[in-house]
Amino acid sequence: MSSSQASEAILVEGLHKSYGDWPVLWDLNLSVGWGEFVVLFGANGTGKTTLLRVLSTQARPESGTVKVSGFDCVRRAESVRSRVGVVGHSGFLYEDLTCRENLMFYGQLFRIDHIRQRVDDVLSQVGMTQRADHRVKTLSHGMQKRVAIARAILHQPQVLLLDEPEGGLDQESLAMLSSLLSEWTQAGRTVVMTTHNVELGLSWADRVAVLSDGGLQFQDSETCRDSAKLRRRLTPEPSPEADGETAQTAGNSNE
Amino acid sequence: MNRFLQPIAIIFWKDILLELRSKDIIISAAVFGFLVVIVFNFALNVTPRLVTQLAPGILWVAFAFAGTLAMNRSFVREKEQGGLEGLLLTPVSRDAIFLGKALVSFLFMLIVEAALLPVFAVMLGFSAFSFMLILTIVLATLGFATVGTLFSAIAVQTRSREIMLPVLFFPIILPVIIGAVEASSQAIGGDGGAGIGKWLPLIGVFDALFLVICPWVFSFVVEE
Amino acid sequence: MATVDRVKQPLLSFSNALVVLGAALMLVDVYLIFMVAPTDAVLGNIQRVFYFHVPMAIMSFLAFFVVFIASILYLIKRDQKWDRLAHAAAEVGVVFVTLALITGIIWARPVWGVWWTWEPRLTTTLILWLIYVAYLMIRAYAPNRTQGALYAAVVGIVGFVDVPIVYYSVQWWRSIHPSAVVGPLAESGALEPVMQGILLFSFLAFLVLFLYLVVERMALRGLEDQVRLLKFSLHRTGR
Repeated sequence: MSSSQASEAILVEGLHKSYGDWPVLWDLNLSVGWGEFVVLFGANGTGKTTLLRVLSTQARPESGTVKVSGFDCVRRAESVRSRVGVVGHSGFLYEDLTCRENLMFYGQLFRIDHIRQRVDDVLSQVGMTQRADHRVKTLSHGMQKRVAIARAILHQPQVLLLDEPEGGLDQESLAMLSSLLSEWTQAGRTVVMTTHNVELGLSWADRVAVLSDGGLQFQDSETCRDSAKLRRRLTPEPSPEADGETAQTAGNSNE
Repeated sequence: MNRFLQPIAIIFWKDILLELRSKDIIISAAVFGFLVVIVFNFALNVTPRLVTQLAPGILWVAFAFAGTLAMNRSFVREKEQGGLEGLLLTPVSRDAIFLGKALVSFLFMLIVEAALLPVFAVMLGFSAFSFMLILTIVLATLGFATVGTLFSAIAVQTRSREIMLPVLFFPIILPVIIGAVEASSQAIGGDGGAGIGKWLPLIGVFDALFLVICPWVFSFVVEE
Repeated sequence: MATVDRVKQPLLSFSNALVVLGAALMLVDVYLIFMVAPTDAVLGNIQRVFYFHVPMAIMSFLAFFVVFIASILYLIKRDQKWDRLAHAAAEVGVVFVTLALITGIIWARPVWGVWWTWEPRLTTTLILWLIYVAYLMIRAYAPNRTQGALYAAVVGIVGFVDVPIVYYSVQWWRSIHPSAVVGPLAESGALEPVMQGILLFSFLAFLVLFLYLVVERMALRGLEDQVRLLKFSLHRTGR
């Protein structure tokens, strides 16, 4: 984006992150350019969610540098937060507030200009104008997800992080999300998404990478272009989290 | 409004709006506080002669328990609805998030106390309309809300969250409880507030100290 | 793995030196307390509890001060060693404060005629005990070890700052509710020089014991952390 001087949207070098003493990511390197759409694959417990949480400043890296839009995720966390949008497993929405109230609340905290207009825009973008003044708890799971997407793009973040966004979305919603995301990257913004849906991920992505063994494996190699090979590679292996003591530790923040 | 105060006000209004919709914090805390008084009345057999001795203690036990209930609920609501994580994703400083939540707890507790105080006054037979008593309540509640908000944020992340809040909260808050009970006792007893002079500054010092420390350490509590 | 840091040998040899020194000092201390110290004219033999009680109480305050400083350093520097120090000092402190409370009760019964009195120092010590038991609980109940360390550091700071306020509030509270059971030695001033000397020696013995326990506990925590990492690398190579 023109507003940013950083040459890379995301730059991760030597990232190490563990929960408790149980390492989830170690020596992870990743570089994502502006306008790129990167899809992360990986079996359960390989740290996809953890990586996104580090990028969104929710989790603090133990060592290594993590920069989003040129800002360090630890030292300049607030600058990173205003440039990152997150669609997580939870929608970050208050059930007793309406869709519009939720978006107004977050919009004010993000200090958006012309906030009413912007809220109307994103609501129509995700096709929720009709239900804008309904309380979130009265909406179906898929509709809540749409509002969560609206919440994530509200402040026009330069980097959008999506953690398995396809869950609960019907075909129509998926098409909406797909066109929204391609518009997003065409505008020079960056998208990083995790998914278990191989077809979906391959068709949306500019570049795919597989998380395994604490780091990113074969970014953009032959394997990643071949969905059969990729699927074989992604068959769940006995993961370390199966072990009793760590199950609760890792279960907290990983998938 | 400047960049620091504005988010505090926004978070504050959001919680008030949520409470107006659900009404589950203030009403449940008030009913619980009321029950505490009823139970004490039977347990201690408060006769008019003993009122000035017993009433302040009963009052503050009820306020303290109702307060922990309210503060716990407030963070459980944030946690369950994913709002706390959402808040942490906004470019608002952790201090402002803390102060917004603490301010809401302060207000909710004051409302509960304002509802309970006249009822207590009638049931236990003392006069609630004393400036010193109200000042004591406001100062002590400020300390409760500050420390309570910090520990609720910790307790809500732990296993057995209902137990962790009182276990952390009550030993720390003890000076405020002692001070509030003694000051209230002076105010109710009508000593003209002679002995009160010592206790209000003590509570004030506690409030000031923890209003500085708690926002700072809050950022570590919400980290992962 | 690169991140496995070896438990430092110097720490262990330091702890070996401490245990020898501590055992020697403790034996001499016990001899001094029971064979050399004069029997108190008023209180009799029970007064000898004093040589255990006071050093243990002081050592627990020292321990909680260490927790406070180590917690601040951990939050600022995020170095595991500060968390290990805070954790070790807190555990040893809780043991010492528990023993101080128990010896205090043993003392109070014959001297003050009651098992317990809400005297300011006693009450403050009890509150200390409660705060640092909560400190250890929050570590155990946290969702994971990193968060447990952070929560504990916060409790370690807030709790220590609170202690003086607790002490003053209880002292003022006592002055309003005077105790009927303040015994003859409640505020005894002068000790005999021999008693003073033995008390000082006792302090030294307990200081070495305290240091030994903290160093040993830290080394143990280091080993625990290392085992966890080794278990993890076994998992990795195993599959």
